[in-house]
Amino acid sequence: MIDKRVKDLATAVADIRDGATIFYAGFGQVGEPVELVDALLAQGARDLTLVANNGGTGEVGLSKLIKERRVRKLICSFPRTTDSHCFEEAYREGRIELELVPQGTLSERIRAAGAGVAGFYVRVGAETKLAEGKETRVFDGHLHVLEKPLKGDVALIRAEKGDRWGNLVYRKSARNFNPVMAMGARLAIAQVKEIVALGALDPESIHTPGIFVDRVVAFGPA
Amino acid sequence: MKPLSRRQLAWRAAQDIEEGAYVNLGIGLPTLVSDFIPHGREVIFHSENGILGLGPAPKEGEEDPDLINAGKGFATLLPGGAYFHHNDSFVMVRGGHLDLALLGAYEVSEAGDIANWTVEDPNTPPGVGGAMDLAAGAKEIRVLMEHNTRDGAPRLRRLCSYPLTAAGVVKRIYTTLAVIDVGPEGLVVREMVPDLDIAGLQSKTEATLTLANDWRPLKAPAE
Repeated sequence: MIDKRVKDLATAVADIRDGATIFYAGFGQVGEPVELVDALLAQGARDLTLVANNGGTGEVGLSKLIKERRVRKLICSFPRTTDSHCFEEAYREGRIELELVPQGTLSERIRAAGAGVAGFYVRVGAETKLAEGKETRVFDGHLHVLEKPLKGDVALIRAEKGDRWGNLVYRKSARNFNPVMAMGARLAIAQVKEIVALGALDPESIHTPGIFVDRVVAFGPA
Repeated sequence: MKPLSRRQLAWRAAQDIEEGAYVNLGIGLPTLVSDFIPHGREVIFHSENGILGLGPAPKEGEEDPDLINAGKGFATLLPGGAYFHHNDSFVMVRGGHLDLALLGAYEVSEAGDIANWTVEDPNTPPGVGGAMDLAAGAKEIRVLMEHNTRDGAPRLRRLCSYPLTAAGVVKRIYTTLAVIDVGPEGLVVREMVPDLDIAGLQSKTEATLTLANDWRPLKAPAE
């Protein structure tokens, strides 16, 4: 019997290694797998590369991971948002490396890693500092930049509902980076508000098919 | 001479948005534009975090923690609206499916270059978000910005002094003093606030301005 359910958050993140590249889904505070990161903090992995849209909010989730000096490098599009003081302090003190990536390019690089695409050309970033050092090529009279896939060792995902095959459904704008990050990492761990019986999710409306998900763990009040 | 307020500037930009347009509003000043779409005109707002049919801010007490806009403020969805994931959202952006993006900017050059992602201050981390994707992918880019910085420095420059977001993409600029088009011959002033002449506007602008023959006063409803 296929059963991707794991008993608790600690078990779900137990084998994440030092130096891992971790996808952290969410946009601002919406869709963030905060409880998985709390488990990762307790687990102790360090020297991590985090891939996220933002740089964390307040002192929870990604922010806490940065504050506790577990993050060596952040790859993101927009680190400075509402109350991103943990990232900003680390940045000013030179404790964290920042790779800034345009948001759509970030998403597409992650998709490419999951889709077996070795590289792609986009106009985004052409003739800007963010494309410095990258190969360029002219298509249809416009300069394009070659972008490479961004592979994750682990994706930390948050969904509304999941089943034992790993099928996931999200809620409203909390979907954001979750589906693409689940595709782009070797190991995708989903925290879900509710685990439902196999067959309970409408197959016409499954947002992330279970093939992209390795572990499902319930969080919050059972 | 009285500059437009930020809300008046947003009102002016809203008047030019056409019926049926798919529009992305950048964070900051452009976000205000959605409040001023003329009554009866149907416009679909795209939010980079996976929303089409973004509605107004919710009433107090009706906020949904899973529903926010690109500026991370609470949002609503209009009937007919849709949620989708980030990759689809940027397929819409990069693939030329958006009719218009309204962006804020630090500077715009007379060639229509836009700079809006970094001021190169070592203490202030840069943030690009979806700005480069929008600038490269939307069918038309218009900018909303204050005409001058707080220190009075011009934001309309011969060349941008800050690193570019994209080169040669801006078609129209709404400032607190004027509406200016970027044409093949440079910047053309379409509208100016009352009691300002082209010499006065030019004195607050580094880029070279030409006054359109059919220029009009820039007026917005009083607040």
